[in-house]
Amino acid sequence: MEVSNLTKKRIINYMKEGRRFDNRAMLDYRDISIELGVSKNAEGSARIKIGNTDVIAGVKLETGEPYTDHPDAGTLITTVEFLPMSSDRFEPGPPRIDAIETARIVDRGIRESGFIDFGKLCVKKGEKVWTIFLDIYSINDAGNLIDAACLAAVCALKDAVFPKYNEKEEVIEYGEWTTKKLPLTDSTPITMTFHKIDDTLLLDPIREEEDASEARLSIAVSGDKEIRINSIQKGEETALDKKEMFKIIDNAVVKFSKIKDLIEKSMSEKEKSDKRGRKPEKE
Amino acid sequence: MAYTKRIDGRKFDETREMKAEVGVIPNADGSAMFSFGDTVAIAAVYGPKPLHPQHLQNPQKGIVRCVYDMLSFSVTQRKKPGPSRRSQEISKVTEWALSPIIKIGEFPNTVVDVHIMITQANASTRCAGINAACIALAQAGISMSEMVSAVSIGKIDDRIVVDLIKEEEDYEEGEGATDIPMAFLSRSGKISLLQLDGKTSPEKLKEAIEAGEKACKMIHELQVSALKKINDKDKTGN
Repeated sequence: MEVSNLTKKRIINYMKEGRRFDNRAMLDYRDISIELGVSKNAEGSARIKIGNTDVIAGVKLETGEPYTDHPDAGTLITTVEFLPMSSDRFEPGPPRIDAIETARIVDRGIRESGFIDFGKLCVKKGEKVWTIFLDIYSINDAGNLIDAACLAAVCALKDAVFPKYNEKEEVIEYGEWTTKKLPLTDSTPITMTFHKIDDTLLLDPIREEEDASEARLSIAVSGDKEIRINSIQKGEETALDKKEMFKIIDNAVVKFSKIKDLIEKSMSEKEKSDKRGRKPEKE
Repeated sequence: MAYTKRIDGRKFDETREMKAEVGVIPNADGSAMFSFGDTVAIAAVYGPKPLHPQHLQNPQKGIVRCVYDMLSFSVTQRKKPGPSRRSQEISKVTEWALSPIIKIGEFPNTVVDVHIMITQANASTRCAGINAACIALAQAGISMSEMVSAVSIGKIDDRIVVDLIKEEEDYEEGEGATDIPMAFLSRSGKISLLQLDGKTSPEKLKEAIEAGEKACKMIHELQVSALKKINDKDKTGN
């Protein structure tokens, strides 16, 4: 917590009147913008802005040995880096616990929802499978990096295509791509992080609100007709009571369909106007 | 066969399309994006602020600290996240390229942090980074005696070319490829960065430096016009 007591008091007073600094309703997100194919050399990439919060995610594919307990399943490795350029409170060096926790929240939402069909990422059972490297970077931290990272991750995966694979020599020909997309399912996971300040629940905090937050609950939801909750993480020191938990769960379901619609709409528009100009495959 | 025509059809003394934009990272005191074609760099400047740990402080003057890195997926073969020997060296030469223009002698014990990140790479990343950083420093209001502009000059076979792309760097016929990144100061015309990888005669090197000076003048104009744009914006209150 780095916000001054004065600001915190002010935020709480605002909350009591049902107001926020930027006049949003408690459970409203700031404007979300989605940009795809932002880094040409990546297999897939996306840049998400939620208000002034700015995050880039990219996907690279490699082949490697499978885990011995899943000889025919591909693997996913998720990293999150909070770049020092994105805020004066981040310093260079190995990822700190906040970045590690965010990476794990992103990873679990994607994994547990069954968004990736890992079985289809097998090249040769027991010997070779595709590994998805999902790397996420913060560019500007204006609060709510967790939700932005999760959203960027999903969009980058949706954007990704396989690189060209030379079956004879069993190597990837980097810099050349196929048109084949990753094996993804319809259960797109959306992660929403609820915060509790005083007695108010809110979504998508700005930096000051995040600092004043007493407790947070990240909840990953997926599904089409049947809505499923795939992962939950409670953070910070204050405990939540059962009533609050139920309220969060109910609201997560409502918000989920709204955000999912937004993503799908924006994805289909973006895919139509994809001007990445990737090099075509060589015969 | 001699290198008579460039792979992407540019003239030998022509840079790729360049873009510069100021204020891309709202949190930073100054920030900018600079691109040479597919090479895109963003830079953020924080400071001057008190330097920690304290033992690094200089009671005589402020210092500049520079970190250059690439996004893991900005290159065709994934780069492991975190600093590498290459990125640490580039951070250091970038610091040296920027230092002569930054006048923070009046701010003892402080640091100006310059963060450079390559979001998409196709050669000349350090030059794009320096160009972005210089604009970001100006926007941050750091006192500067002049500006700095950088460009990568190449010798492909026996031909001097401006602003190499990856395929040119990998050119193997004839004398092969020599990469010469350099940075010029806008007012004094001094050189604050010069590196060379390959082999070249002294005459060709001089020719390359002349070509670099010419290209840097154009880059400088673009940097200034990007900064002017944001000043105009401030005046109209948008």
